[in-house]
Amino acid sequence: MDSEDTSRRLFLIKSLTGVSSAWLALRLPEIVAAQEHAHRAMQSAAPVKFEFLSAEQAAEVEAVAAQIIPTDDSPGAREARVIYFIDRALTTFDKDKQSQYVKGLKELQSKQKKMFKNSAKFSDLNSEQQIKVLKAFEKNEFFETVRMHTIVGFFADPSYGGNYDKVGWKLIGFKDDFYFKPPFGYYDREYKEAQ
Amino acid sequence: MSAQQPKFETQTQVDFVVIGAGAAGGIIAKELSTAGFQVVVLEQGPYLKEKDFDHDEIKHFWQAALINDWKKQPNSFRKTPKAKATVQPAVMYGRMVGGGTAHFTANYWRFHEIDFVERSKLGTISGTGFDDWPITYAELEPYYTKAEWELGISGQPGPFDPPRSKPYPLPPLPIKSAGALLANGARKLGWHPQPAPMAILSQPYRGRSACSHCGFCEGYGCEIKAKSSTLATVIPEAEKTGRCEIRSGSYVRKIETDNAGRVTGVIYFDEKKTEIFQRAKAVVLCANGAETARLLLISKSNLFPNGLANSSGVVGKYLMFNGGGFATGVFEHELNEFKSVAVTRIIHDFYDSDPKRGFYGGGGLDARFDVYPIGYALGALPRETPRWGADYKKALKQYYTRSMFTFGHTTSLPVERNSISLDPEAKDSWGLPAMRVTYKDHPDDLKIMKFFSDRGMELLDAAGATKRWAGPVEESTFGVHLLGTCRMGNDPKRSVVNKYHRAHDLANLFICDGSSFVTSGRGQPTCTIQALAYRASDHIIRMAKNGEIKSA
Ligand SMILES: Cc1cc2nc3c(=O)[nH]c(=O)nc-3n(C[C@H](O)[C@H](O)[C@H](O)COP(=O)(O)OP(=O)(O)OC[C@H]3O[C@@H](n4cnc5c(N)ncnc54)[C@H](O)[C@@H]3O)c2cc1C
Ligand code: SF4
Repeated sequence: MDSEDTSRRLFLIKSLTGVSSAWLALRLPEIVAAQEHAHRAMQSAAPVKFEFLSAEQAAEVEAVAAQIIPTDDSPGAREARVIYFIDRALTTFDKDKQSQYVKGLKELQSKQKKMFKNSAKFSDLNSEQQIKVLKAFEKNEFFETVRMHTIVGFFADPSYGGNYDKVGWKLIGFKDDFYFKPPFGYYDREYKEAQ
Repeated sequence: MSAQQPKFETQTQVDFVVIGAGAAGGIIAKELSTAGFQVVVLEQGPYLKEKDFDHDEIKHFWQAALINDWKKQPNSFRKTPKAKATVQPAVMYGRMVGGGTAHFTANYWRFHEIDFVERSKLGTISGTGFDDWPITYAELEPYYTKAEWELGISGQPGPFDPPRSKPYPLPPLPIKSAGALLANGARKLGWHPQPAPMAILSQPYRGRSACSHCGFCEGYGCEIKAKSSTLATVIPEAEKTGRCEIRSGSYVRKIETDNAGRVTGVIYFDEKKTEIFQRAKAVVLCANGAETARLLLISKSNLFPNGLANSSGVVGKYLMFNGGGFATGVFEHELNEFKSVAVTRIIHDFYDSDPKRGFYGGGGLDARFDVYPIGYALGALPRETPRWGADYKKALKQYYTRSMFTFGHTTSLPVERNSISLDPEAKDSWGLPAMRVTYKDHPDDLKIMKFFSDRGMELLDAAGATKRWAGPVEESTFGVHLLGTCRMGNDPKRSVVNKYHRAHDLANLFICDGSSFVTSGRGQPTCTIQALAYRASDHIIRMAKNGEIKSA
């Protein structure tokens, strides 16, 4: 964390919470450590190499994710780099889902080939066709796992590789600031004004 | 570990071992060590500090960062004693120094006078162990006040509050939008909203910082010590005495007794799973309403074949969870409930049981939207929302900042078959019998949940919600309030501890935590658990100084 950012934050904590300088001096290292964690998380890792998925598998999974949270006038799963979150999950805390991905991708492909005879890959289909395939596929356990991973990756702390540039949080209006000041929303402002 | 902490030899017979550094254990450790006694606190969880806390939803809600880990310590669950229990998460508690107070929502309600004498006022309820407490509100009042002032509670009394000898030490926290909507709606309906008493600092207090409204509160540890957990308050005080050692990563597996039926100390696993025996003159068990009962049952011996302190057969029985009656509402403008503490206004108009309703029960109502982004996207959207695709995304965008829940916190009747027992098959990672939970809400418990869900719907309507829906009323299969399994009472045949928290069966074993409750209260047990802990400490100190604790 650069020092200007640190001092600005600390100044604000101080003025908002009425903390004395002595208190801050004593706790500075702890607060900075906490803040640094949050800060690291903010700078989402640049795209890294895939560790579990092959490039081809990744393209297929990403195409599914991009239908679960599509891109419209705001970023979707693709821009959030959910695929990097998924790849990382599959090599760390969700290792046991690896075989489900391998098997599931094959099942998806056979479904897609059955519905669109000449297609080679799910990601080759146009959006309308992809939605048709997924509607027929949504009861599949693998789809449920990808849905779950996409959503978690879209909204998890950016340090996990998804939610790039906090696009997930921006979509819903969530902010992870360390401090807020009242009024917090419309109705408490109105309430205070009425008093 | 702090510089002032002593390191006791395990062969040394210390004055007290306290098992569990949670809501009650933290206070008892501080009181006993301040009074001059040597105390070893054995806590199974880690000793985390403010710098270890962060805002990672995956870690906190998916990977049990601060709570019990069901992979290592599995639970099993069944609805009735006849059914076979299946392994599934059934109880949740804070597993760290600070226990549940580190991550809790920090609602901090006193019980009302009626909570202690309800059976006398209403009569018995068949099929239950509904009973009066052996103490009254008046006896506990000084200790409520002590807890509020020592820990730092923000609040302002409301019209239904019981009498108090001192005001709250701190004014209420700033109102949020859900609180404002609750207040507006309630007034229209003729109800009486009041600021929520919270174990969170609205102003700097005793060297700790005021809340910065970060919003990562329920389920998280506070990075600036604004949440009045035992971790941030009494535990450092205990360490400062130089007579209290907090031994984290110490999982107690047995309370040991001699042939004369006296406690001699406890056996625990350290972090390397090595078994260690710590001698003590007396033991205070504060492992919460689930683990306390389990440990007593595991600690059986020839002299105590049904488990320790269990000549009554009541250990583990009368488990109470408290119920919840929910509704969700959506509003036109932004509430931004993700900021600041979870709850700012509550309603106690329906606290007392009312014979006119035709069933037993009461509770308190609050408003909040206590879901973080992942939890929201997976489970808190309006029911008709598609599960994926363009319309799912549209809904995600629309509702997060504009939603609120109403949450009714309700009574649970003490039913004997609702219990903690030992699973005959499942084991934990240390080879100890897993905790088996048997639980089926009394029909009146379900009725009061529905009653509060209905009041929530009325409130949302009155507050001007554009859309609202009632939460399901379902039988409980999971508890976060773990109460009643070693109930206090005057009759040794029907209770586990006496009114001073001494086990009826063992002169040098004390039990004080959620397990001591006789009835459930209306949610928010921690304030009462902590008042009991201050009161128990006074009596334990008195007995120790008078030579009444007969140690081995
Ligand atoms: C998400 C959540 C929100 C909550 N919000 C509120 C709220 O707003 N208001 C409220 O009043 N209550 C709330 N609660 C409940 C509150 O946390 C508990 O009621 C309270 O902490 C119980 O206090 P206790 O002293 O009985 O036990 P605990 O605080 O659970 O402490 C027991 C300690 O003993 C340790 N322990 C257990 N077994 C052993 C063993 N064998 N060896 C060594 N150590 C052991 C545990 O690890 C734990 O640290 C909430 C709970 C949860 C889960
Ligand atoms: S909302 Fe306040 S009390 Fe809660 S964690 Fe944040 S700063 Fe601490």
